[in-house]
Amino acid sequence: MTIKYAYYPGCSLESLAREYNVSTRLVCQDLDIELVEIPDWNCCGAAPACQVDHMLSSALSARNLALAESFKLNVMAPCPKCFNRLKEADLEMKDNPDHLREINNLLEKPYHKGVQVKSLLQVLYQDVDRELISCRVKIPLEGLRVACYYGCMNARPADINDFQNPEDPTSMEEILAPLGAELVDYPLKTYCCGAAFGLARVDLVLRLANELLEMATLVGADVIAVACPLCQQNLDLRQLQVNARYGTRYNIPILYLTQLMGLAFGHSSKELWLDKHFVKFRKLPGATQAVSSGAR
Amino acid sequence: MRLKGQTRTVDREFVAEVESEIDTAVAACYQCGKCTADCPLSFSFDYTPNQILRLMQLGQKEMVLRSESLWYCATCYTCTIRCPKEIDIAKLMSVLLIKARQEGYVADHKIRLAQETFVNSVARYGRIFEAGLVGTYNLKSGDLFNNADIGPRLLATGKLRFLPHRIKGRREIRKIFDRLRSSRKGKR
Amino acid sequence: MRIGVFVCHCGSNIAGTVDCPRVVEAARGFPHVVYATDYTYLCAESGQDLIKTAIQEYSLDRVVVSSCSPKMHEETFRRAARQAGLNPYLVEMANIREQCSWIHSDKEAATRKAIDLVRKGVFKVSRDQELFPSFFKVNKDVLVIGGGIAGIQAALDAAQGGHRVTLVEKDQTIGGNMARLDKTFPTLDCSSCILTPRMVDVAVNESIELLAYHEVEEVKGYVGNFDVKIRRKATYVDWSKCTGCEECVGKCPARIYDKFNQGLGRTKAISLPFPQAVPKKVTIKKDFCHFFLKGKCRVCEKVCQFEAINFDDQDQIIERKVGAIVVATGYEAFDPIAYLEYGFGKYKDVITSLQYERMVSASGPTMGHIKRPSDGEEPKTIVFISCVGSRDRAKGRSYCSVACCMAMAKQAILTKEHIPDSTSYLFYIDIRAGGKGYEEFVDRAREEYGAQYVRGRVSKIYQKGKKLVVKGTDTLLGMPIEIEADLVVLAVGIAPPQDAPELAQKLNISYDQYGFFVESHPKLRPVETNTTGVFLAGACQAPMDIPASVAQGSAAAAKALGLLAKDELEASPIVASVEIKRCVGCFKCEAVCPFSAIQRQELRDGIMVSNVISTVCKGCGLCGVACPTGAIKVNGFTDEQILAEMEALLL
Repeated sequence: MTIKYAYYPGCSLESLAREYNVSTRLVCQDLDIELVEIPDWNCCGAAPACQVDHMLSSALSARNLALAESFKLNVMAPCPKCFNRLKEADLEMKDNPDHLREINNLLEKPYHKGVQVKSLLQVLYQDVDRELISCRVKIPLEGLRVACYYGCMNARPADINDFQNPEDPTSMEEILAPLGAELVDYPLKTYCCGAAFGLARVDLVLRLANELLEMATLVGADVIAVACPLCQQNLDLRQLQVNARYGTRYNIPILYLTQLMGLAFGHSSKELWLDKHFVKFRKLPGATQAVSSGAR
Repeated sequence: MRLKGQTRTVDREFVAEVESEIDTAVAACYQCGKCTADCPLSFSFDYTPNQILRLMQLGQKEMVLRSESLWYCATCYTCTIRCPKEIDIAKLMSVLLIKARQEGYVADHKIRLAQETFVNSVARYGRIFEAGLVGTYNLKSGDLFNNADIGPRLLATGKLRFLPHRIKGRREIRKIFDRLRSSRKGKR
Repeated sequence: MRIGVFVCHCGSNIAGTVDCPRVVEAARGFPHVVYATDYTYLCAESGQDLIKTAIQEYSLDRVVVSSCSPKMHEETFRRAARQAGLNPYLVEMANIREQCSWIHSDKEAATRKAIDLVRKGVFKVSRDQELFPSFFKVNKDVLVIGGGIAGIQAALDAAQGGHRVTLVEKDQTIGGNMARLDKTFPTLDCSSCILTPRMVDVAVNESIELLAYHEVEEVKGYVGNFDVKIRRKATYVDWSKCTGCEECVGKCPARIYDKFNQGLGRTKAISLPFPQAVPKKVTIKKDFCHFFLKGKCRVCEKVCQFEAINFDDQDQIIERKVGAIVVATGYEAFDPIAYLEYGFGKYKDVITSLQYERMVSASGPTMGHIKRPSDGEEPKTIVFISCVGSRDRAKGRSYCSVACCMAMAKQAILTKEHIPDSTSYLFYIDIRAGGKGYEEFVDRAREEYGAQYVRGRVSKIYQKGKKLVVKGTDTLLGMPIEIEADLVVLAVGIAPPQDAPELAQKLNISYDQYGFFVESHPKLRPVETNTTGVFLAGACQAPMDIPASVAQGSAAAAKALGLLAKDELEASPIVASVEIKRCVGCFKCEAVCPFSAIQRQELRDGIMVSNVISTVCKGCGLCGVACPTGAIKVNGFTDEQILAEMEALLL
């Protein structure tokens, strides 16, 4: 049976995290999840909007929810910050009729509390049978040591991420286990990467990225799996900045979990846009052809 | 009550206003410091999260709103899920940040600029135009070579757009901004 | 009928808000009132004399005392009436303090309300009838539930008072949690050295029947006459033959979780918890025994030269009759699994304070050597974290566990004695050292043993190589601090045993939201419960350390002895009674009675009706409300009396 969601890619997945978009679509297709992109969706406002004006943040999310509502579909967002904004807005409007009215006064098309919001991680964890994932595996990721990194928004706060324990989430490990990879214990899995401070205060991000990369090295991870565009960017894009500042020599590829799934499902590294990462992923599983097919 | 060196006294009204937004009385805090202990950004704070709560308990509005900590909080919610007294500290920090901005206290102009550039991008196009966002930020902040070390390599990936994606519902977005602005004016 | 009304000023408590002379004036106009007066303190001896004199001088046959709550002084005024020759149940109280002067500020309105309340009392008292208490015989034996230090103390004291005591312990040995401790604060004397003599005293005391590995199954009856069913759990060993030689233990192939050592180390399916166990008898844990699981083995049977092994053993119910019960079921260490941020259960070198006690104890699994469970190495940097499962609303434990601060200081001292080149960091929120010699003890830990106290709570622990990274705060400096530790000890809180609510229901006593048993009055009746004849001792009531538990054990025994000193007890006459002619045998009363005071009674013609056991009945009146035919009335609170009160107030 096909599962169907209103798809909210979010701005990152249109630019710096395009490979997350591409791999999400491929993997969802493989797992019989139909994605209907919300037409003409707008930015959720991310952190800055709610740091400037909470109502603004809610209204931006509410417009997207109202659009999805007309399709009678629940919403799925791969970016956990988008998920956080959309779901918090949804919960607040469902909780407080006055708030809903105020928000609808700001919108052209009102929202009627008719959808539920899930993250990609939640959908893969709750809606997809682990057996199905096993069935789709063509090239097991044997011998690949993967550290699962959730960051903040894939774990907290508890009422948004209510499908797992915020202190020790295991959804990513459980989704990736059927791929045959070796999942290492990563003690900093819910630590913060510095989020959006990369623009104005890169020093804050580098310090946290350094801690995260140091721990990944210590636990012997070949690759860090992520499910968040900001986590990916702060650890991948900025890995050379970290190396420059701290005199380190980290060389740890940071892959979206959908890219790892895609690889195991037999998609080429080119299809999965693996070549777009700063830190190249060279330890490809199974067939060596995958390495050479990686475009430069 | 007056803290040494401070001219302002206790502002209970401010405290009550903030408390109604976070749905908890700040008196619940017994200063155990668990919020501070694993705060990933506390190294950059002038007041640790428990000290922010302490200042709130003492009604020190100005000291709180002047604090840099509000600007460096990443809203990661680590403090919130660990607080033994179930205070939503992350929410407290963002409520205080909004108030600080409203009252004209800006401890870090770069962060303020980054946030506002981001929001402006949304207001204009309906979505984020990343290349434009970085460019505008660097121009306005005067920090022209900010992140220049990764810029060229980023461009080489071909992931960045050179032109913004303008959504069709731009007018709807504009209206959200306009209506908010007029409703805020109406309240004052 | 000649009614007297006495209005009390209670200093300014009442007179400050109520115009007492006006109340007296009004009372004089009420039906049958022949005398009314006011006085500053009626409860004082002179006040009581005033009432007694008036009863005799004016031949009063009914009295209304208009003062405080009957909870405070009803007994006082009834006694005064009795001394003046009046049946004490012809005295009514009008509560014009708690229900009037204390809660109002408008003097005029309060005075009018006081007048109404007095009128109500007068109307009721005129319908009062003489009542007489009944008396019943008392069984002099005492049941003590729980053989920890509080239960041991209670049993020994009751036995010394000349009573036969049955001590029921659910584990196979007495000693409780105190037996797990190495040394005790603030004197650092060895726990076993002071505990085991008491355990032996219990074993050899001819007045004490020790029922170890037994549990209370059912409690019926009432004060002075409890009928208790006790389950003897199958031990699969004939204890009359077992000598505790432990020959079988060495040969048993089944290694299992060691509860006594809190999971530190393993024990066998047939075992003795610790060498000084009382009784020193082994038991087989059926769920883990190879013979019971797989049908093969019986090694213990082969090696036992006393032929004590009995695989056919079965649970058995025994019955005892007692007059009083002391509940001393103690506590369990809080399970820190809820603190995922501390990695307990995930990281082997994060242990509980009780596990640490076993580690430090010479009779423990490491023979008193402090070793990291992960690799057996001696730790040099040890972090102690207080308030794990205490003072934590988010984890459902708001209360302070009282003993952990001191236990932590003690463990820091012991650590330094065992490993002189070690450093202990103690994270605390507040150091609670309110006991004799306690603060000085903490001083010693700090000054003589170099304990590093850090004021703040730890938020996260994770493994980094061989070390544990402890992320805490120093709130005094306003700085996060990070410690790379070799071993982390969580000072876990005191939690009631999980089955505490179940036992409370069997005993018909109250328990709070956590499962601690509730005392009658937190200050004035600290060891009594709301079920007469059932007393509390030790940590089953609230977190408590050893000195407090022992004191309470003695207090509970003293209370039981006081009760049992009489051959007969007086039963209050304010109880329900059934008018058999009107009872239709629907037994709705039986269903609603919270005290199991309703008995089914068969009449000669085979018809079943309700009967109230007056000694069990508390006179709460629920049955009267439930009865569809009005067959049940509560003496002193009959329909007629209640209606008279309403008439006085409303008409």
